[in-house]
Amino acid sequence: MSEPAARRTVIIDETVRVHHLLDREEVLGPLMLAPLLIYLVALVGLPLLFVFIYSFSDATTGSDTFNFVGLETFQKTIADPVFQVALRNTVVFTVIAQAVVIVLATILGFVLSANFRGKWFVRFLILLPWTTPVALSALAWLWMLDSLFSPFNWILGQVHLIDQGTPVAWLGQDSLAVASVVALQAWRTLPLAAVILMAGLTSIPPELNEQAEVDGAGFWRRFFDITMPLLAPIMMVAILFGIVATFTDMAAVYILTRGGPGDATQVLGSWSFYTGIQGGSLAQGAAIGIFMFPVLLGVCILMLRRASRTDAF
Amino acid sequence: MQARAPATAVSRWAVLLVFAVLCAFPFAWATFTMFKADSDLYTVGHVPFLYNSPPTFDHVRVLFTDTAFLTFVRNSLEIGVLVVAITLAVSVPAAYSIARLTGQWGGRLAMTVFIFYLVPPTLLFLPLSRIVADLGLQDTIWSLVVVYPTLTAPFSTWLLVGFFRSIPRDIEEQAMVDGYSRAGALVRTVLPLAVPGLFTVVIFTFAFTMNDFIYAVAFISSSNNMTVSAGVPTELIRGDVFFWQSLMAAAVLVAIPVALAYNFFLDRFVQGLSLGAVKG
Repeated sequence: MSEPAARRTVIIDETVRVHHLLDREEVLGPLMLAPLLIYLVALVGLPLLFVFIYSFSDATTGSDTFNFVGLETFQKTIADPVFQVALRNTVVFTVIAQAVVIVLATILGFVLSANFRGKWFVRFLILLPWTTPVALSALAWLWMLDSLFSPFNWILGQVHLIDQGTPVAWLGQDSLAVASVVALQAWRTLPLAAVILMAGLTSIPPELNEQAEVDGAGFWRRFFDITMPLLAPIMMVAILFGIVATFTDMAAVYILTRGGPGDATQVLGSWSFYTGIQGGSLAQGAAIGIFMFPVLLGVCILMLRRASRTDAF
Repeated sequence: MQARAPATAVSRWAVLLVFAVLCAFPFAWATFTMFKADSDLYTVGHVPFLYNSPPTFDHVRVLFTDTAFLTFVRNSLEIGVLVVAITLAVSVPAAYSIARLTGQWGGRLAMTVFIFYLVPPTLLFLPLSRIVADLGLQDTIWSLVVVYPTLTAPFSTWLLVGFFRSIPRDIEEQAMVDGYSRAGALVRTVLPLAVPGLFTVVIFTFAFTMNDFIYAVAFISSSNNMTVSAGVPTELIRGDVFFWQSLMAAAVLVAIPVALAYNFFLDRFVQGLSLGAVKG
């Protein structure tokens, strides 16, 4: 065989093989994606469908009887005063906690975006509320807010703001219990938001600020005209994470207040748990949970909109 | 920023101090509490910020010897390892596929996967506890092993898509020209480069599994099969009797290693978040 002929065979082989590969890629792509999608459809999609089916039924955990009752479960749920408190609390807790988080996280993100000695340790301390399992950090709060042995009560007693004999029942009074739960939610979602904002701040080119400073823009002017607009997209991500974490939580409330005093701090997540698991009413538990859906759907739509606008994702 | 160094440095440290105290105080308080003797802790009128009696290890020892804490830890670790394995097995190929093989559909798919992540456990726990029971897995750690990847896989996939996209295409194209198949190129060239990203996914998957509370209390009823999150608050509190020192010891001993691990991989994690969220 002459040399050019041999080379030609190699080249042809190569093209055939590449073609073959390309053909397979169209198969390979979906094939590699399939396990994840099947998993998610089976254990998220299907259960989600069940939640809706349950909520139109009279299903209980104890028996296998299952009848469609139309909107009866929803009517019962909405008429329940505890549900109304839970719905209002869920919204109010989320809004207040996340409003606080936005402000604090921006400040914290700012100070953390600089380099300084001991940053590693400071960051470790600041991450604790977010990285610790909620159930355990809520226990630490439960002890910190103990009616007899809270250090805050001792301090307040020392400065004679309260009488030592009648300690503040932090979790025993409606308004204080509500404030405690909101504080816990803000506290545990703050670090992630701060860390995300820190990353956003470090990605802003320093020249922009330097140039503006040269042009005579003060700190606040630069903050509102340069930093904030550039930070907006990533701040959105931080807030969305916070909203989802607070809105759908049950563990913080369950451990800290058990929904009490009375049902004053009940939220959709905890009330759905009490009704569905401990009360045994699958149907009503599901119906309560479904009221989270509009907000989550809203979050999804916001993300999709943002994605289509910026071409992200 | 650097020009006004002294004033900025002082105010920065002041702000950091406030935040560090705000964030770490409950844990500092828990750490302080776990070494207190009963007679010291439960005497009203004792200054709570002092050890009025000598600090003691008794309650920490009790946590390890007289409670199921170590069982909870072992269950959490076992579940964590298994869930990490499943999560990597489904999300690595999926993320690679989204990043490289699905073209324009990739973005939409990444979005769809992420939307699955937004469906919360507090909505799904009721049907899932039925499904878990139908599979005969109720009250076993396998119920959690099967269910947790629904939380971890979408998030991990999202992070990994970002990491894979940040690796130049040329690298695996070169490997393919050199004769590797697409899968071979992935294993030989892309995965080694994605190791920091994979580690990040491992850490966060692990932490996610430890963090869950609702599935663990909804599916598992016997103390032998409980995780740390569910076991400590439900099993170590008997009625109204709180073993505060031991409880605080449990919280602190879990909190510290997890926070250290996060801190170690934080930059990677944030990079992954912003890659997935902003640049895509």
